[in-house]
Amino acid sequence: MDIQEYIESGILELYVYGALTSKESKEVSTVLKQYPEVEKEVEQIEAALQNLATAAAPYNPEEILAAIRAKLQSNNGVVKLNPASQKRTRLLSFISIAASVIFLVGIFVLLNRTNTLRKELQVVEIENTKLESKLQYSEDALTETKEILAVIRDPQVTKVPLAGQQVAPEAYVNVFWDKESNKAYIDAMGLPEPPEGFVYQVWSLKLDPLTPTSMGLLDDFVNNTNKVFALENPNDSQAFGITLEPAGGSETPTMEQLYTLGVVANNA
Amino acid sequence: MQPDELILRLQQKDEKAFERLYSLYSESIFGVINSVLHDVEASEEVLQDVFIKVWDNCESYSSKKGRFFTWLLNIARNAAIDKTRSKAFKNQKKNLTQEYFVDILENKSSFSSKVDAIGIKKYIKALGEDCKKVINLLFFKGYTQKEASEELDMPLGTIKTRNRLCINKLRAILVN
Repeated sequence: MDIQEYIESGILELYVYGALTSKESKEVSTVLKQYPEVEKEVEQIEAALQNLATAAAPYNPEEILAAIRAKLQSNNGVVKLNPASQKRTRLLSFISIAASVIFLVGIFVLLNRTNTLRKELQVVEIENTKLESKLQYSEDALTETKEILAVIRDPQVTKVPLAGQQVAPEAYVNVFWDKESNKAYIDAMGLPEPPEGFVYQVWSLKLDPLTPTSMGLLDDFVNNTNKVFALENPNDSQAFGITLEPAGGSETPTMEQLYTLGVVANNA
Repeated sequence: MQPDELILRLQQKDEKAFERLYSLYSESIFGVINSVLHDVEASEEVLQDVFIKVWDNCESYSSKKGRFFTWLLNIARNAAIDKTRSKAFKNQKKNLTQEYFVDILENKSSFSSKVDAIGIKKYIKALGEDCKKVINLLFFKGYTQKEASEELDMPLGTIKTRNRLCINKLRAILVN
């Protein structure tokens, strides 16, 4: 440590003032014991301040000492304590110790209770979050269902039933095509789960000549509980077909894997 | 030198040591109290209380924490500030002026034999307004560096170095 720099920093003046934190003060006290030049500096600062303060005293208060002495004697300190008051002091100190013990115990109990309550609160909060997400999920599902219902009921919407083809004669799908908003809702409840690594792809078809246009994939088929998929369909479709394609879909339909097919009624 | 021996004896409740320490420190402590209160009578009362506290609580002092003078200062400033808050004192001093130690020194005619009165007066005259304010807040009022920096609208680091320069001037006068 550069002692001269330390002294010049002005910290010692603050130390004598009592303007430092108790931690800083302790540090200075340690330095002061190590370096005599620091101690000397502190003493000079102190002497100067004592002089300054002395100059601000109204007079030399020597005679006040008598009054202080008298007060101390009537209080407790200087005179020897008589046994009676000693007993009382003992009792008093016993009471104060007991009180502080009770106080401490009280604090511990409170701390404990606070901790328990905090933990309980955490559990409740987690449960709340869970319930909230469940609620959110149900609400979403409900909204979805309502949407589907609205689509099915909408007179503007054309319903196109797609029948099962050679690979899956049991399969069936309904397409609800809202020409106004260019949306097609594919109700794929009647399709079997696609095998691993494959996905259903929906095609809009022009019949003469046969021109397929991909409308999109039935993504995440297994996890869609309603099995209703909304796809964009800006095409002037005459028919719809669904094929099974490798994951990611294909450019053109694999006709051997045509699951369902259906023609739009007014084009029939 | 800090009278460590006397302090140790005080902590063993030695009356003689108490009286010696009283004569060493009472006048400067009286000055500190008076520069807070500006009232001789009230200052006398507080001075008595302070030294009774010193006797009662002397074992709480440790040179590891700081100077004995600083310990006394803290007790004195706190007691004086408590006094300014007391109802009786407030009623009596309806309009506490902004005066501080400088005014006391300038108006004082009789100085104790302990101090170089001419030197101190010279010091006050030579002291800039900033120095007067800094010393008043940090020393007499017991402000922390931060509080003083806020009150004086001066950066924290500046307070420390400025104050050192101010005290250097005071020391120069006392040495010459």
